[in-house]
Amino acid sequence: MNVLAIVGSNLVTRVNDAGYVMDLLLRTAMAVRYVPRRLRFTLDMAFNAGVRALPVTMVVAAFAGAILAMQTGIELRRFGDTTVLGTITALSMCREMGPFITGVILAATVGSSMAAEIGTMKVSDEVAVLEVMSVDPVNYLVLPRVIALAIMCPTLTVLSNLIGIYGGSVIAENNLAVSNELFWNSAREALTSSGTLLPKEVYVGLLKALLFGIAIAIVSCAAGLRASGGALGVGLAVQTAVRNSVILIIVLGFIVTWFFYFLAG
Amino acid sequence: MIALRDVFKRLGDRQILAGLSLNVPKGTNFVLMGPSGTGKSVTLKHVIGILKPDSGSVRVDGQEVPTMDHDQLMALRRRMGYLFQNGALINWLSVEDNVALPLKEHGRLPKGELQDRVMEVLRLVGMDHAAKQFPPSISGGMKLRAGLARALVTKPECVLYDEPNAGLDPIISQQIHELIKEVRDTLGVTGLIVTHSRACATICGDHIGILEHGKLAVEGTVDEMVHSEHPLAKAFLGGGAD
Repeated sequence: MNVLAIVGSNLVTRVNDAGYVMDLLLRTAMAVRYVPRRLRFTLDMAFNAGVRALPVTMVVAAFAGAILAMQTGIELRRFGDTTVLGTITALSMCREMGPFITGVILAATVGSSMAAEIGTMKVSDEVAVLEVMSVDPVNYLVLPRVIALAIMCPTLTVLSNLIGIYGGSVIAENNLAVSNELFWNSAREALTSSGTLLPKEVYVGLLKALLFGIAIAIVSCAAGLRASGGALGVGLAVQTAVRNSVILIIVLGFIVTWFFYFLAG
Repeated sequence: MIALRDVFKRLGDRQILAGLSLNVPKGTNFVLMGPSGTGKSVTLKHVIGILKPDSGSVRVDGQEVPTMDHDQLMALRRRMGYLFQNGALINWLSVEDNVALPLKEHGRLPKGELQDRVMEVLRLVGMDHAAKQFPPSISGGMKLRAGLARALVTKPECVLYDEPNAGLDPIISQQIHELIKEVRDTLGVTGLIVTHSRACATICGDHIGILEHGKLAVEGTVDEMVHSEHPLAKAFLGGGAD
């Protein structure tokens, strides 16, 4: 009975949390018309997010690309066909690895900092101050952060893709005897062969990055806005923000891939 | 101006307000005292519409606050100021930007007039010299004075003060008390002041009420309360208080 009560109570808390995040997302969407008014703050936020996450993203992307090329190359060498290594590395980076790596790093660096900033404001009555001054905290605090990450996550993903493919090319040439020219030609062919402006792999990856950026910002702001109880509450808000962002990145990544490659063909 | 009638409020498993009634006439300061956790700050949050009562009436200028829609509540809040315990300044904005925030957000004044108005209230609270400084680099007393300037910048008809001298030394406290009094006397602003301080209550107040078990245990003019034989009045306002 006690176990049931605990499970039930946890379930109710999770549903409440999810409801709050969805409500915040809707209120943010309805505040989008105020973006021009918040432009300067939004650009500041985007710049800070980019600067904070760029070095880590680049290092992780380079090694992820290298590992991808290494693991794939080992198997391809057994079958005697390493010529498609560039294709596989480029498509994997653009479709999955680039957005995933960027999302996780943004959640850890920028999302955590958003939750801490807003959480600290919440526990020190700064959010209440906005409310009593008739300033909507969603419009003032959440909207610029969501737009900033919606811009920066795809931007960093593009860089992440390029650096990842480059990391793969270094391994391909030095460890798998695939020349740089062959690797890059194969990668370029894979990314330009479709009839559309951008190949499906690229735009699906960028769509994922856009969704990840919005999800990280909303989840992190929601955690901050629900913080209570001083420093301990802010710490819990940061933990919640990073944990929920990573879970959402994986779930959203799966849903988008499933939709574009299985449902919509 | 502010009238609460039979207000009940439960938060979690605690009954915070249990039939609270009080009346704050226009242009006067009402001081709300009482032991910690008796619902003083909760009362202020009902007046500004952050909390809604479980039952009872909260009226500001005859308008029922709990039944107001979003726009009415926003309009009401624009006519009121609220001074938080620690000033609650936004850390990434300078003192002048903090004070200018409500004016900028509601687009009430052209830029030049806005700047003049901000400097005018900063001078009133003696903070004009620190206009460009940021909250982390100023003292607690300066934060409170900047918070008061922000509460006054919109020329409110009423200001709610939540422990305006908490954690301040006696000299700075005295300055804050004089300011609150001056705001009432020169600007005619109505005040509802939550405090534990005898000095704050006697200097700033016209009426004093002491909360116990969620409602006023005793209330009266400053003179009546200072000489009251009620145990709570003696504890909070007697010679040994403060």
